[in-house]
Amino acid sequence: MSTDLPVLSAKDFASDQDVRWCPGCGDYSILAQMKTVLASMGKKQEETVFISGIGCSSRFPYYMNTYGMHSIHGRAPAFATGLKSTRPELDVWVITGDGDALSIGGNHFIHLIRRNVDLNIILFNNSIYGLTKGQYSPTSKVGKITKSTPMGSIDQPLNPLSVAIAAEASFVARSVDSNIKHLRATLQRASEHRGTSFVEVYQNCNIFNDGVWDYAKAKATKDDSTVELQHGKPLIYAGGKKGIRLNGFAPETVDLDGNIAQDDLLFHDEKVESSQLAFLLSRMRFPEFPEPIGVFRAIERPTYDTQINAQVVQAAEKKGKGDLKTLFKSGDTWTV
Amino acid sequence: MTSPAELFPPTKKPAEALSGVTVRLAGDSGDGMQLLGTQLTNTSALSGNDVATFPDFPAEIRAPRGTRAGVSGFQVQFSAEEIFTPGDGVDTLICMNPAALVTNIGDLRRGGILIVNSDGFGDKDLKLAKLDVNPLEDDTTEGYRVIKVPMTTMTRDSVEPTGLSAKFADRCKNFFAMGLVFWLYGRDVEPTLRFIENKFSAKPDVAEANRLALKAGWNYGETTENFASTYSVPAAELEPGVYKNVMGNQALAWGLITAAELSDKELFLGSYPITPASDILHELAKHKNFGVRTFQAEDEIAAVCSAVGAALGGSMAITTSSGPGIALKGEGIGLGLILELPFIIIDVQRGGPSTGLPTKTEQSDLLMVMHGRNGDSPLPVIAAQSPADCFNVAIEAWRIATKYMTPVFILSDGYIANGSEPWKIPEVDSLEKIEINHPGPRSPDDAPFMPYSRDENLARPWALPGTPGLMHRVGGLEKQDGTGNVSYDPDNHQHMVQTRAKKVELVADSIDDAEVFGKTKGTLVLSWGGTYGACRTAVKMAIEEGIEVGHVHLRWINPFPANLGSVLGQYDKVLIPELNTGQLRLLIKDKFLIDATGLNKIKGKPFHVSEIVDKIKEVSGK
Ligand SMILES: Cc1ncc(C[n+]2csc(CCOP(=O)(O)OP(=O)(O)O)c2C)c(N)n1
Ligand code: SF4
Ligand SMILES: [Mg+2]
Repeated sequence: MSTDLPVLSAKDFASDQDVRWCPGCGDYSILAQMKTVLASMGKKQEETVFISGIGCSSRFPYYMNTYGMHSIHGRAPAFATGLKSTRPELDVWVITGDGDALSIGGNHFIHLIRRNVDLNIILFNNSIYGLTKGQYSPTSKVGKITKSTPMGSIDQPLNPLSVAIAAEASFVARSVDSNIKHLRATLQRASEHRGTSFVEVYQNCNIFNDGVWDYAKAKATKDDSTVELQHGKPLIYAGGKKGIRLNGFAPETVDLDGNIAQDDLLFHDEKVESSQLAFLLSRMRFPEFPEPIGVFRAIERPTYDTQINAQVVQAAEKKGKGDLKTLFKSGDTWTV
Repeated sequence: MTSPAELFPPTKKPAEALSGVTVRLAGDSGDGMQLLGTQLTNTSALSGNDVATFPDFPAEIRAPRGTRAGVSGFQVQFSAEEIFTPGDGVDTLICMNPAALVTNIGDLRRGGILIVNSDGFGDKDLKLAKLDVNPLEDDTTEGYRVIKVPMTTMTRDSVEPTGLSAKFADRCKNFFAMGLVFWLYGRDVEPTLRFIENKFSAKPDVAEANRLALKAGWNYGETTENFASTYSVPAAELEPGVYKNVMGNQALAWGLITAAELSDKELFLGSYPITPASDILHELAKHKNFGVRTFQAEDEIAAVCSAVGAALGGSMAITTSSGPGIALKGEGIGLGLILELPFIIIDVQRGGPSTGLPTKTEQSDLLMVMHGRNGDSPLPVIAAQSPADCFNVAIEAWRIATKYMTPVFILSDGYIANGSEPWKIPEVDSLEKIEINHPGPRSPDDAPFMPYSRDENLARPWALPGTPGLMHRVGGLEKQDGTGNVSYDPDNHQHMVQTRAKKVELVADSIDDAEVFGKTKGTLVLSWGGTYGACRTAVKMAIEEGIEVGHVHLRWINPFPANLGSVLGQYDKVLIPELNTGQLRLLIKDKFLIDATGLNKIKGKPFHVSEIVDKIKEVSGK
């Protein structure tokens, strides 16, 4: 059966508002890939809702010709949960920053993930507070010099993927703002997953933290410092010259110089129920290891929005659809 | 099976008719006083009395047994006349232990009946209550009719046939006490027998033990020489109709469900448990078959934000809490306000500041709900005046929220939330529908959608995600009127702040005028919230004593009723009794430049009628 519905292009997902990020900011690329992905997936503008917190990244919804809410700092997961629980047919996206999601919003972040509300969280990780002009964030490295840490940060940073996995995430992925093809594919996978999809995007803030992710972005280094995860495939990187092998419970890098068989390498399995492998992969950090990008984990688990609505249906089946007259006369009454 | 009448034969002793009685039951938290109180209330209501209750329990779930901190009380007034409070002076006090006695006897009126479980006054019990001398043996109980009943022993004896251990037998003590009180006031045991049947259907031996204890208490009354007569309280003359006894939180929940039905909306509650608001969450969670979705959030911030998200999606969204939680919600409420989305925030107040007195009542959040947000951020505020009124307040709040597209605050308090009174069940078909319109789809050829265009009430359209052609973005940044786009324009900001304030002022067109009860000159008692009953009763009594005094009770506090200024102007003196240090008084002074007198009680307890009567006399120079 053919339909006459107009096919939307990426441009149709652009709102009429001027984009106000700094020239060169990594956010531009994420915005562009998002529009392309939504268009290519045949999504409808009116059925898509972007909800963000506060931060440079959280201006995102203003630039999308969909429904949107630029909410308050750290709380986007809660708004999104209320919306998705009552309107499960909508396609809901949460846009957040590293400060927004992991600092002020850390509590909502883990609870959204454990509930497995069927929506997508895109965390723009620039490892800095952009909008407030450059303080260190929960993902900044120890020793980071910023305006608020002139002698270097002394906080142990959080690893967003490890946090998400520990919070029982059903879908966890990582991508890089400038790796356009990979980012598109990752956004699409996130959108296709049923349940909370969490995507960390390495995003460059060229004003306050320029180059933090250079190792993973620069042509010269990215092949050696990242390893692309593929379900069912061994972890191989550096143009096929290196791989990851398990030594007991710990990963190690090995040279694929002919002495090691591919079968000895660590094979990725994003669907395995247990979160140990995903967690282990999330702990691989540069420079000791290449950092995995791609889908770490994608398992099936009942979603919150389905279940909260199923209970409403069940209750009506069991007790009959609510009737005020019956309710009012329930229990003891008397007539005067 | 034998009928109740055979098991509980009506008394052969003479019955003295009374117009009303106040009974307080006091014991350890584990003694089942709340249950006893609820049963006494229920049967009294069912027999046609007007009733009002006041449960008073400790903040700890099980404070150390026998201590003063662990005393749990329940007061009920049942009357042949219309009443508005659970009563001032207690006529009959039942005490299960010394701690209950010493903490409650002060409220027993002179000559009142004191029934004690004399088995609960051993050396250990005295020590737990930090008493050196048995209060039954010194002058503590002088001037009262003291009736010592060995309840523990008699309960054990009575339940012996069931073979229950002493430990379980002792749990039936409250039913023994109940039997005695029911006998004393000629209460019908039938509803309680039904209750036992249902509650313990899975444990027939426990059910039987409770029935036996109830019967033993009843028989004790008939056989003991301590009581020469019983008392009867005839039915009250209430407006004809079908009635039900409701607690405030339950009535609020039912009002919300009703408002959802009247507006053809599905209800979403985002909430985080807190005393004394949790029962609204519990009650709503029971009624999912009405399309109710309850979300127990990770904290109060998430709770309010989830409600705003649900409101964006077109649900009837609610968030419920008490003072500490409302403090956390401030930023989320502010967002809801600037988004101009309708939803309801319920604050069931308790003693503050901070954790304060979680199980005690207070009216001290008024200024927080009025002003406790950043920026100029006024919101409509309505306060329930009694348990049954909670039902109407919920419906009214939703009507205003949707008509003006604004969050609305409902104030309740611990006294209303847990107190109960008869509620006249409304005719469902006569309840006025709540009309809500959502704009329909648009095509690209239509004029652009203006999410912040306004109607005559300054309300903007409630456009729902999913509607083709109405895509728009909302957010906490100041927006341009009309388009809703982000705007930093200075004049626009001034215009928007004033427009949002004007909208709240316009609500006055949709609410009732202030109504004067009593005299239209002299002294005016101006009250709000849960002090309604005490104030109304006090004004009635003062008028009967010949004092020129009137009463205005406010339900809407923001905005005030349109005629309030002119009403206030009729009086020489204005007295504002409040369970805070004078928060309404401050608002009245600010708005009308009236220097009212305050009567301010901050003890975690409701007013006694007499306290207000005394103050009326003082203010009126009588
Ligand atoms: C309640 C509250 N506290 C503080 C702020 C100030 N603030 C705005 S954005 C931000 C941090 C943003 O960092 P991040 O989430 O990493 O976003 P980015 O700007 O880097 O994209 C802070 C602290 C605020 N808007 N609200
Ligand atoms: S400050 Fe950094 S994150 Fe913010 S817009 Fe500029 S470049 Fe982007
Ligand atoms: Mg950041």
